[in-house]
Amino acid sequence: MKAYLAQARSEIRMSLTQGESLLVTVGIPVLLLLGFTAVKVLPLPHGVTQRVQFLLPGTLALAVMATGMVAQGIATGVDRTYGVLKRLGATPLGKSGLLAAKITAIVVVEIVQVVIMLLVGLALGWSPTGNIFLFVIALLLATVAFSGVGMLLAGTLKSEVLIGLANGIYLVLLFLGGMIFPVTSLPSFLQSVAKALPALASSQIFFHSLGIGGSAPGYEWVVLAVWAIGAPALAIRYFKWQ
Amino acid sequence: MAAIEVDRLTMSYGKVKAVDELSFSVAAGSILVMLGPNGAGKSSTIEALEGYRRPQSGKLTVVGLDPVRQQRELGHVIGVMLQQGGVNPRMTPDAALKLYSGYYQTPRDPEEILEAVELQHVRSTSFRRLSGGERQRLSLGLAIIGRPQVAFLDEPTAGVDPAGRQVIGALISNLANDGTTVVLTTHELFEAERLADQIIILSKGKKLYDGTLNDLKAAHGKAQITFSTKEPLDLEELHRSTGLNGTETGRQSYAIMEEPDAQRFASLTSYLAANAIEYFDLSDSARSLEEIYLELTGSTPQPSPSIGTTEKESSL
Repeated sequence: MKAYLAQARSEIRMSLTQGESLLVTVGIPVLLLLGFTAVKVLPLPHGVTQRVQFLLPGTLALAVMATGMVAQGIATGVDRTYGVLKRLGATPLGKSGLLAAKITAIVVVEIVQVVIMLLVGLALGWSPTGNIFLFVIALLLATVAFSGVGMLLAGTLKSEVLIGLANGIYLVLLFLGGMIFPVTSLPSFLQSVAKALPALASSQIFFHSLGIGGSAPGYEWVVLAVWAIGAPALAIRYFKWQ
Repeated sequence: MAAIEVDRLTMSYGKVKAVDELSFSVAAGSILVMLGPNGAGKSSTIEALEGYRRPQSGKLTVVGLDPVRQQRELGHVIGVMLQQGGVNPRMTPDAALKLYSGYYQTPRDPEEILEAVELQHVRSTSFRRLSGGERQRLSLGLAIIGRPQVAFLDEPTAGVDPAGRQVIGALISNLANDGTTVVLTTHELFEAERLADQIIILSKGKKLYDGTLNDLKAAHGKAQITFSTKEPLDLEELHRSTGLNGTETGRQSYAIMEEPDAQRFASLTSYLAANAIEYFDLSDSARSLEEIYLELTGSTPQPSPSIGTTEKESSL
């Protein structure tokens, strides 16, 4: 427990003080929320009149994706490349302690993100509409799914490849995830692809639980749950510590 | 009492046997130096002892623990210094030592370690900005901050300047004096000669020697006559004329592989004078660990052609 607490403190400090990481996890989602609420260039889903009701849930999904998949994935990959993971494996912390500390850091960063973004949303006129309980469940599922993808990339790729690929996937999922414009604006074949991805599933469930109320389609929950189980399972299977 | 016991350890990568039926033990509080050329099996053996690699067969214990089955418990009693890295490039020595001290129940004081490895002046400099020697010293500090019973140090002085080597050598000696068992791999044979209580020489996964430095020198390090000449010496002609068995140890440097006595000195100097061969650095000396190591591992350097010699000339 002592080793876990020491590592968790270190992971949280690193996550909250690294400029490029904060840019991806907080800066870009907040800028997109502010920018596209003010500049009315992108379409909105049918029936939505207040931009912030759509953009807040979408940019929250983007922030969760950035934290688990991009920031923590890259940080873990760099640690692996530099032999940090190997060395920690021979301390009382062990592999399980290291994973627990990284998960703790992700959760703390997400709490900070959610608080900041909800405050920004409120300042932009967001009116809570939906079910906060469903939002919390979806947030947990999305965290596990995206962290699983991040760990899979971190545990199998060299850091140079990982940094490029994680950022590339981030942009693709931003485009296909229905986070800043509705997925119905995409060509139909891309909509079919998007429906199988965790980005759209999480943004849609967030949208229903924070922005417009009602329940998200059942298949969105199924897609998110499959990613939340499958991605960590693949990461555990293929992760190489050194 | 043995801190480490290895019994018929075998490790393979595909069809390549990296370690072949290796057995040895290390007494608690002693310094074991493992020597061997690249690919000899040193790293595989140490990584098996650290719990990183699962052996194909054989039995290992480190302070009574099975490194594979009891890896978590092992983490409390060992300290590991990797050959390179192992520290987040953004982390400062101060932060890294405080973090690692948080892993252990009764750690050494980070300030005390910082002073011992002489890194106070760069305590707030990120790891990526430290020099090679500073990185090695920090890495050693992290390996010993938890008061390990066994410290595994992989080439601790690689890329370190002479002053840094002194610091690291003194720290390793102090560790053993305090009762820590040290397992050290190095290519620095002078360092091995200075620190080792026990030496193991490996080659192609097999043990060539296991014992003390004194026993090694007694068995393989007999004194010899050494000298150098200005022109190449015909060793066959020397043998025909004097009966002395010589070998070339470097470029126009030679050793007579027999007990040095007055008669052999006289034969040699008479032969050289009679043939007008200029010589220098004539002396009798015990063979160094390096010479014994090179002979045992079969890696005695071959004289290289002189610079400026054409391929045709050198083949003549």
